Parts: sequence; C-alpha cells; structure tokens
Amino acid sequence: MTTLTVPATLPPVQGKAGIGGALRAEWTKIRTVRSTLWSLVAMAGISIGLMSLIAWATMHRWARFEPREKANLTQHPLEIVLARPVFVCQLVVAVLGVMVISAEYTTGMIRSTLQAQPRRLTILAAKIAVFAVLMLVVGELLSFAAFFVGKQIIAGHIPVSLGDAGVTRSVIGAGLYLAVLGLFSLAFGAILRHTAGAITTVLGLILIVSNLTGLLPDSWGHHINAWMPTNAGLLILQPHQAPDDLLSPWQGLAVFSGWTVLLLAVAAVLFKKRDA
Amino acid sequence: MIEAVGLTKRYGDRLAVDHLTFTVKPGQVTGFLGPNGAGKSTTMRMILGLDAPSSGTVTVNGRPFVELDNPLREVGALLDAKAIHGGRSAYHHLLALAQSNNLPRRRVDQVLELVGLTEVARKRAKGFSLGMGQRLGIAAALLGDPKILIFDEPVNGLDPEGILWIRNLMKALAAEGRTVFVSSHLMSEMENTADHLLVIGRGRMIADCTVQEFIDANSELAVRVRTPEPTRLAELVTGAGGRAVPDGEGTLLVTELATDRIGDLAFDNGVRLHELSPLQASLEQAFMELTRDSVEYHAAVPAAGQEDRA
Repeated sequence: MTTLTVPATLPPVQGKAGIGGALRAEWTKIRTVRSTLWSLVAMAGISIGLMSLIAWATMHRWARFEPREKANLTQHPLEIVLARPVFVCQLVVAVLGVMVISAEYTTGMIRSTLQAQPRRLTILAAKIAVFAVLMLVVGELLSFAAFFVGKQIIAGHIPVSLGDAGVTRSVIGAGLYLAVLGLFSLAFGAILRHTAGAITTVLGLILIVSNLTGLLPDSWGHHINAWMPTNAGLLILQPHQAPDDLLSPWQGLAVFSGWTVLLLAVAAVLFKKRDA
Repeated sequence: MIEAVGLTKRYGDRLAVDHLTFTVKPGQVTGFLGPNGAGKSTTMRMILGLDAPSSGTVTVNGRPFVELDNPLREVGALLDAKAIHGGRSAYHHLLALAQSNNLPRRRVDQVLELVGLTEVARKRAKGFSLGMGQRLGIAAALLGDPKILIFDEPVNGLDPEGILWIRNLMKALAAEGRTVFVSSHLMSEMENTADHLLVIGRGRMIADCTVQEFIDANSELAVRVRTPEPTRLAELVTGAGGRAVPDGEGTLLVTELATDRIGDLAFDNGVRLHELSPLQASLEQAFMELTRDSVEYHAAVPAAGQEDRA
C-alpha cells in the first residue's frame, strides 16, 4: 500500500459504454452469486431426480391403480415427466427471476450498477436478455433431459415419443414457459424492488389467484380464468387442446408473453423514472 | 469540474436540498461539510444521476452524468461501502463494473493492489469489515482512472491507518490535477485535507470559501489575561479600542486587541501580568457555531455542553 497515485495504464477510450458492456457485466453478475448456482441445481434435481422418483413409484404401483387412473395417465403421458416437474420448477424460477433485480436493491448494488452505467434502460435490457437466455437454455436442456429420462422409466405402461402429436411442441414449450415465467417474475422484482414482496406476489398469482379465478361464475369467469397469465402459459405443456380450452397452446403462450411484455414495460417506465 | 445551479430536492414538503449553486474545481480537494441530514448525500446522489433533482441542474465536465459516454472513466464515486452484493467476491464485483465500461480485466487487479485487497479479492464481500468495504468502494471509484472523484464520508469506520491512507490518497489525487469532492460531518477531518470548503446546513449553502478564509472568518481571537489589577487593565484595554470581559477572579477575556498590544499596554502602564494567553476557537467550534441553527436534530443537552462535543 505504498503506491498512492493511480498507474495510468488504461487503453485510450474507444466508443461508448453500451449494451455490449452491460451484457457482459450482467452475465458476470448472475454467474458469480451462489443463489444462481443453487437455483439451477434445484431445478435439475426437481426435473430429473424428483421426476424419476415419482415416475418410478408410479410404475411400481401401476397394478394397484384403478382403470380410470390408468386411462388418465395414459391419455396425458407428459403429466409425470413434464407437467409436474415444471409446476415445481416454476417456483424456483420465480424466486430467481425476482432476485435478479430485487437483490440489486436489497444489497445496495444498484448504486454501483447505475454509477457505472446510468442509462437505465440499457441496464434493464441487459438484465432481461441475460436472464432470458439463461432460463431458455437451462429450461430446454432440462425439459428434454426430463423427457428422455422419464420416457425410459414409464415406457412399460405409458409409451410416449417425440413423434406423437403435440409432444415435441410440449417439450420445447416447457422450456419456453419457464423462460417467460422468469421474465414475468423479473418484472415484479423491478416494479416492487423488494424480494419478499415480489416473491409473495408472483407465487400468490401462480398458486392461488390463478386457481381462484376458476371459481368465478360461468361464462365470463371462464374467460378470466383462461386469460390468467400462468393458466394461459401452461397450455403449451399439453400435447392436446382440451375440449373446453378457450385458447390453443400457442395462443396461451402468446397471452402469457403479452402479460409479461406489459409488466416489463411498466417496470421499464418505473425503473427509468424512480430515484435509485 | 462539477457545477450545480439552483440544485433542489424536495421530499414531500421537506426541502432536502435547497437551491444549491456551486462549482467544484479540479486540482484541489473540496470538502463538503454539514451536520448529519444537511443534504450532502442527496446532493451527491443527484450529481451521479441516482436521484433526479426537483429543480435546478448539475453537470460533470459540462454534461449531466447520465449523458456521459463512459461514466467510470470520467467520475469515480464512493457513496457508501454497502453498494455491493455481499455474495459476490471483491474481484467479481469490480470485474462486472469494469466490463460495463469496457475496461480491461487487468485493471481490476491493479485497483485491488492499489487499495490493498489483493489477498482477499476472491473472498465474498459479506465477510468484509467496514474498512475493507470502504477500500473496495474506493477501488471501484478508481477503476476508470477518472478525472473526478466523489467520496461520501470516506473515513467512516476506518482505523487511524486507514484514515491517514485516505487523506493522503485524496491529496495525491488532487495533486495530479483531479477534481476531488469529499463530504464529511466532521470539521476536524476537513481541516487537514481540504483546500476549499462548501458548508451546508438544512440543504442551504452556508459558506463557500477556502479553508483559510473559513478560519479567518469564523475563529474569533480572544486573549486571556490574568492580573492582580483587572479593573485598571480593563480600562486601558477599552481605551486602546479593545473589549475586556471579566472571566472569573482576576481574569479578563480580551477581544479585538492583539496579544502583543495587550502586553505592551500593561508594561507601559506598570500593570503586572500573571498570564497572557491567546485563545483560538477551533474550527470544530466555528463549524458548530455556524451550523447550530441548521442542525436537523438536536440532542437535548444544555447549550454549555456543546463545547465538549468537538
């Protein structure tokens, strides 16, 4: 600590600090906190480990199932290998998505971030892009891995293959759903800036509100329920459109994405306007 | 160069910063002084674009901070030692900041070396002491080799060695021609470091002057004189244009007359003196005197007790 003066060994300034630098910075930030690693490990554990266990237990008890249960499982071959793991995984994705931005506020990091890059929309765009790509890659890898592992385990009683109608779309859709959900949660994190509050809100929407709307009176209640963000989004996981579904799988994902874009727009306006 | 014109921040009906106009020049350390809650941090946050002014403007190098092309290359700031994610290592914290401004990776190692954190660079920042946190914040401020440096209460929580290190660092940075703007609520801290002072209280500018001007204007000289003939000396002092106030048995406090003159006056008139000692109000007292009316929260102590609080 004898040197006091700053050695001026920086290369000459070239161009502006822009989205490229922001993307590299956000990637460094997301990969260097343990919560990211643990979340990804948890997602892998749920999609492969827990799923395999449940699939194996189901096969083990197959003989004791009622014919109705057997028929139900055979008609929805992706229920065990895809739908259930995604339903649990989404809780992890929601927490991670919220924390990508709320942790900046709870730790005070946001002040360092914005001193280095005060163009706030650049920061938000970089965060969204980095997290979306991470969730998409991880989501697709895990959903294909879960499908192939699960398929082997349930093959004896519930045969399923990528060639079956709607199956490939459902497996790809699972990864897409998780990526969109990640951004949906990130938007809440940016709007509320409070980890616990944002997680509670997102989980409340996913687990409670989306079910409560199913209890609303017929006709219009049915519509509201169908257009709830995750209700619509989850349609992409079903190989076949059920007779009473108002939306097709892709329409459902579009509705969920629409909600997400809307929330991100609100988040962007607030992120730009508010004092940090 | 930092320039503020009519800078104002209003929270509800409370004015945190009230029409501040000032210039912070390069090549010197400018102390930003005021009691807690005077609006120093809010002002700094507005300089850095973290808070938007309610009215008025502030620019760095002639441009609003948010319009700078490469912010870290122009302004380095330490606002508080906690502007970090505790789960990340010092190295990765700095790396992310460096990447955002396209600074080379080796620069991270350089600043870590410079602040003496190389050995703990790979440790998570949540285990850092307050002093280490301050050093990390300073490392971040120096990353882009900026011409303007802003430090908010940089010596808070530092040990004496760290305080000395920061003082010398600030002086060295200013000597290199950089603009150094540093806040403190302690006059004693600025006395040895700053060349220029901006003093604020309740968001308003109270003084904008050099340290010497501040001393001259605010530390009134008084001379304590002990003599067996106080009444006679008091008359002589008054006759010579000074003011003498009794200060206990056989003692006078003389103002508006220099020590030498009082001594000569007594000698010429055969008045015996037992003590002749100049008293200088400390800068700390002068500062407290100046900002007394603008302190946001007073402790409920008698006024006399304030003299001891320096």
